[in-house]
Order: sequence, then structure tokens, then C-alpha cells
Amino acid sequence: MRKLLFQNLWRLPLTVAAPAPSEHALAELGAKVDQAARRRLGRSLAIREVDAGSCNGCELEIHALNNAFYDLERFGFHVVASPRHADVLLVTGPVTANMREALERTYAATPDPKWVVAVGDCGRDGGVFAGGYACVGGVAEVVPVDLHVPGCPPSPMQLLEGLLALLQVQRG
Amino acid sequence: MGVHSLRAVLDVGQSVAEHRPWSRAIVTPEIWHLLVEGLAGRTWTLLGLWGETGMVHLAVLEETTGSMGVASLPCPDGQFPSVGRLHPPAQRLERTIADLVGLQPVGNPDPRPWLDHGRWPISQPFGAAMPRTELPSPYSFLPAEGESLHQIPVGPVHAGIIEPGHFRFTANGEAVVRLEERLGYVHKGIESLLDGATLERAARLVGRVSGDSTVAYALAFARAVEAATETDVPARAHWLRALMAELERLANHCGDIGAICNDAAFALMHAHCAVLRERVLRASAACFGHRLLMDCVIPGGVVADLPADGINVLRALVAEFRRQLPPLVDLYDNTASLQDRTVGTGFVRPSLIRQFGCGGVIGRAGSRAFDARRQPGYPPYEQLEFATPVRTDSDVNGRVWLRITEVHQSLKLVEEILERLPPGPARGELRRSGQICEGMALVEGFRGDILVWLRLAADGTVARCHPRDPSWFQWPLLEAAIENNIVADFPLCNKSFNCSYSGHDL
Repeated sequence: MRKLLFQNLWRLPLTVAAPAPSEHALAELGAKVDQAARRRLGRSLAIREVDAGSCNGCELEIHALNNAFYDLERFGFHVVASPRHADVLLVTGPVTANMREALERTYAATPDPKWVVAVGDCGRDGGVFAGGYACVGGVAEVVPVDLHVPGCPPSPMQLLEGLLALLQVQRG
Repeated sequence: MGVHSLRAVLDVGQSVAEHRPWSRAIVTPEIWHLLVEGLAGRTWTLLGLWGETGMVHLAVLEETTGSMGVASLPCPDGQFPSVGRLHPPAQRLERTIADLVGLQPVGNPDPRPWLDHGRWPISQPFGAAMPRTELPSPYSFLPAEGESLHQIPVGPVHAGIIEPGHFRFTANGEAVVRLEERLGYVHKGIESLLDGATLERAARLVGRVSGDSTVAYALAFARAVEAATETDVPARAHWLRALMAELERLANHCGDIGAICNDAAFALMHAHCAVLRERVLRASAACFGHRLLMDCVIPGGVVADLPADGINVLRALVAEFRRQLPPLVDLYDNTASLQDRTVGTGFVRPSLIRQFGCGGVIGRAGSRAFDARRQPGYPPYEQLEFATPVRTDSDVNGRVWLRITEVHQSLKLVEEILERLPPGPARGELRRSGQICEGMALVEGFRGDILVWLRLAADGTVARCHPRDPSWFQWPLLEAAIENNIVADFPLCNKSFNCSYSGHDL
């Protein structure tokens, strides 16, 4: 183990340069974030991920955000285990009827100020699963959404662009 | 029992000519009973059990001969003799049939709903589809009685970045006395969305039953369609499909090995495995245009051929794995504090694995040498050399080692496929007969064997399609694996199983 750890001291980091915040995301967020919230949150954002019905593709790419290539934590984002510790809810999937209440309760358990980011094409409008008896639709059908990150699933780069826009707006 | 072969039993029924490649027979209740007894007596293995209006279908595998088939029982009275009464692996499938189709399994010892949480606007969406009027009632968990027991409810929203489901632990101090799962939270009604879908839309839907197995699902769907329409696929397509399937296996196994270690707080392994996984996804994107390879396999072949530099990209990937993997394997092998957590943890009795026909890593780590690439087998694997690794330890450690072995194996398969990739087109035209036809396929995903059964209408759209995830026969064993382990070892057990919620909930 020591050898592996020492090697990493000399090796160049794998981490990619930070992408520019997504223009589209900045535009979507622009009007929504007020100064008071910015002051209260400081320079870091705690994220709680909620799978409200996804196929698990989005989860795989959200996981990838924490690998050495994307290293989400360098921007001050960290994933937390409870909505009570969170500033941002990252919600995936078409919201299924069976997950609707769980999502509502998770949202209610998240303290203000808070943001909701709907991840993936399903999070926008139900995607390929829209219609039918079992899905309610996009995340915005159930809780207010501040930002959509499109893609099926969105790549870690796309996710990063969206989250960085959130950080930029929040820092003011 | 045991004197009849599966073929002989199904031959007594009324054969359905348009079902391919294995036989399907409409059977009488007597033959149905014979099959259920054969399942309970371990002569046969349950592959699937699903319903449609007025009929239930039972897919069965005979492991000794490799033959398989489907028995269909008409249910004019809206009920059928329970399979789960004698063969517990069928119980959740039967509860699902009651929820979705409304056919009642007579004698099933567990009459509670399963996927239906009382939240859909209608009940029995595949049957009477009646508007729901009553409010959802609380789910009654099985009792666990005794002194000093306490319950720990977990989920549906979990602490990590994972899918939703509810676990109800009953513990005595640290030791888990009983775990009961409640699933169905991500039920998206995929089977009903597939009804009447075009092949193009259906392939996208089936490719999203469980996102981590998108290649395997798309392949199973494509093979079922090709079986139904009697379409031959160009040889190159078979090899490219296998290439994608092995890349998917590599990425997922790698992620799982790291994630299991991470649940024992050994983050170093997780960090390195995540880098390897990312390299697979990047190579996949460079070669086929999608990191997870979604929508790359379609009925008739594959969407796009390997680009000119694809072979080099993948050879470089294999070389990188060969450099980076051995020190990680050594690290796992030489870290006693890590093995202290994995060895002996989450043991599953091999007899249970056999009974449930549990496939994938869990099955092979517990003495069940089943791999759909070998049995029933499909091209190009019959031309490729690989063994089916089997272990007998059947604990978390065994499942880690089995994944390590399979990573090595997939690397070798990728190399061999690149070496021998035949020339020619990568997709062909589907035959359109203009008639109703049925097809079935069994494909080995990274998690285990995926079954897809379908019926195509005369206009070529999907009339009925049932995808069955390997998790159906793995989730119940997790409840057995955790028994007498401590609560803190549940994440290890769970991750070493890595069952799909989405694939199971449909």
C-alpha cells in the first residue's frame, strides 16, 4: 500500500480542468437566487442525491463526479447523507407514483435556502418513461426545480457545468 | 420426478408454432403441477414467471441438458395454481402478477401486494385497470418476536448515491435477526409502456430497464426480436456486441470491487478502481459514442461500427488495466484489516443459491456454475475460449475474488475479439413476416442472466414484452445473507450483491 501511495505523490493528477459554467444553466438560474441566500451559504454546497425513479444510469454518472478525473469536492461541493444537511437536492428519474411522497418529504426535510437540480431527460419531463400509470412525470411536477441538467444520462462534464453555474450564481 | 425430460413434459401440451427458438406450450393444470413439482424438487430451475390477460407463463430451464421452454396456463377464472406454494423463488413474481394483471395465485402463502403500493391511479394496469378509490393501506411487515429486539427502518431514500428501496431490519443488539425488503419504489410501468411500442422505442425502453446493464438488456431484446422474426445477424455484429458486453462487465465489476472495499472504509481501493472504471467509460465513448453504450445494440446488429482508431483505443485500455490492476489485486490480497471485514461475511448457503437459480457473481461464488454465455450460449462466445470460474466460499470475499477473476477474463476476451473481429457489415435488415411471432432470449449481463420474452404483432410492433432481471432471484438471498451478521456489515453484503432496484421494479 505504501508503494501505491508514494507513486501517487510523483504522478501528475488525473483531474481535468474545470469547465466553464453552462450558459444555459446560468440563464435558467439567473433570476432565482437572491443575495440573502448567497450570504448564508458561503462558499460550499452540500448535495443530497435523490433517485425518484431513475434507471440508475444517472446515478452512475453522478458517482463518477467524485472520481479523480472530475473531483467534485475541489469546488466546495460535497455529497451528504441526509437532506437535513443539504443545500441542494440532486433529483434523478421520472418521479414514480411510488416515490412521490418520499421526494416530497425529502424536500420538506431540507432546510431553506435550498435548490433543486433535476438531472437527466427523465428528470425534465419523464423522458422515455413519460405517460402511463406509474410515473408522475418530471421532478417539477412534485417539487419546485431551479435547474435542469439534460442528457441520458448527462455526462459528468455536463453535470459539472450545471453545478458550477449554481455555485457562480450563489457566490454572486 | 426426474423421469421426465422438460421437452417430454412440454410436448404433452399444445405447442405454439410461432415461438422461437425454444418451445412454448399451452398446458393443462396437470402439466402445470408436474412442472411446479419439478421446480420444487430441483429437477428444473425457474427462469421467469409473468402474466398477461387470461394467461400465465412459466419459463423453465433444465440445467442438466441445457434445454429450456415456456409453459402457458390459461386462467379463465382469473386465477392459477400457485408456483410459490411449493417453490418460494416464485412468490414475489406471483405477487407481481396479482398486482399488475390481477390473476390470483391460489395457495401462495404471501398474499400481500408487491409492486403496487396503492399509489397508482388504477389497479391491475394489465388486467381490469380499475380506477383506484381506496387510500393506500400500510404494508404489514413480517413479525419478528423475542426479547430485546428492535427494528431499524431504512429507506426508501438511502444515505448514498443509490437507488431507492426499503429495508426493515430487526436486530438483537448488533446482530441482524431478520431483514425484510420492500421494493417497487422505482416501478415505472415499463411493461405497459412497451405495449404497442415500435421496435425502435421498445429497444430504447428495454435498454433502460437497468441503466448499468444497458448493453445486456439491449442485446437480450435484440436477440429475442431476431429469434421471433428468424433474422440472421451479420457475424461482425455478434462480435461487436460481445465487445460492448465485455466492456460493460469490466466497468461494472471494477466499480463494484472498489465500492465493496469503500464500504469497509478502504477508500484507496475505491479511488483507484473508480479511475479504471472511468477509463473504460471514456474508451466506450470514443469507440461507440456513449459512455454507458446506451442504444448501441439494436435488433439487426449494432448502430455503429468501431471507428478506425477504435482497436488502438481499446488495446491501450487493456494495457492500462494490465499495468494498474495487479498492484490493486495485491493490495486487496495483503490487507488483513480489509479481509477481516469481507471473509466469512454475508455467507449464502449454496443450496439456497441452487434453489433460487441465482445467477451471476453471487451464483458462481456459491458453487453454481451457470453462465448464459455458455448455456444456452450465443455467438460469438462458442468460438471464444473462457472458463466459468466457480468458488465455494460464497461470502463477500468470494464475490470480490470472483469479480477480479472475471475482470481478467473480460480483458482477455476483449483482446481476443479485437484480434479476430470478422469483416463485413455491422447490421442487417430485420425480416418482416407480417405475422404474429414470439421470441425469447437469455443473455449474461454483469449481474447475471437476463431474460427477455416478447410477442410481436403482425405490424411489427410489440404486443407484449417481459424483461426479467437477474435481481429477482438475488434480492431474496440478500435477506438470507445478512442473517446473524452485524448491522454494520449490511453495506458490505449489499454491495457484494449489487442487485438492481430499477431492473427488479420495472
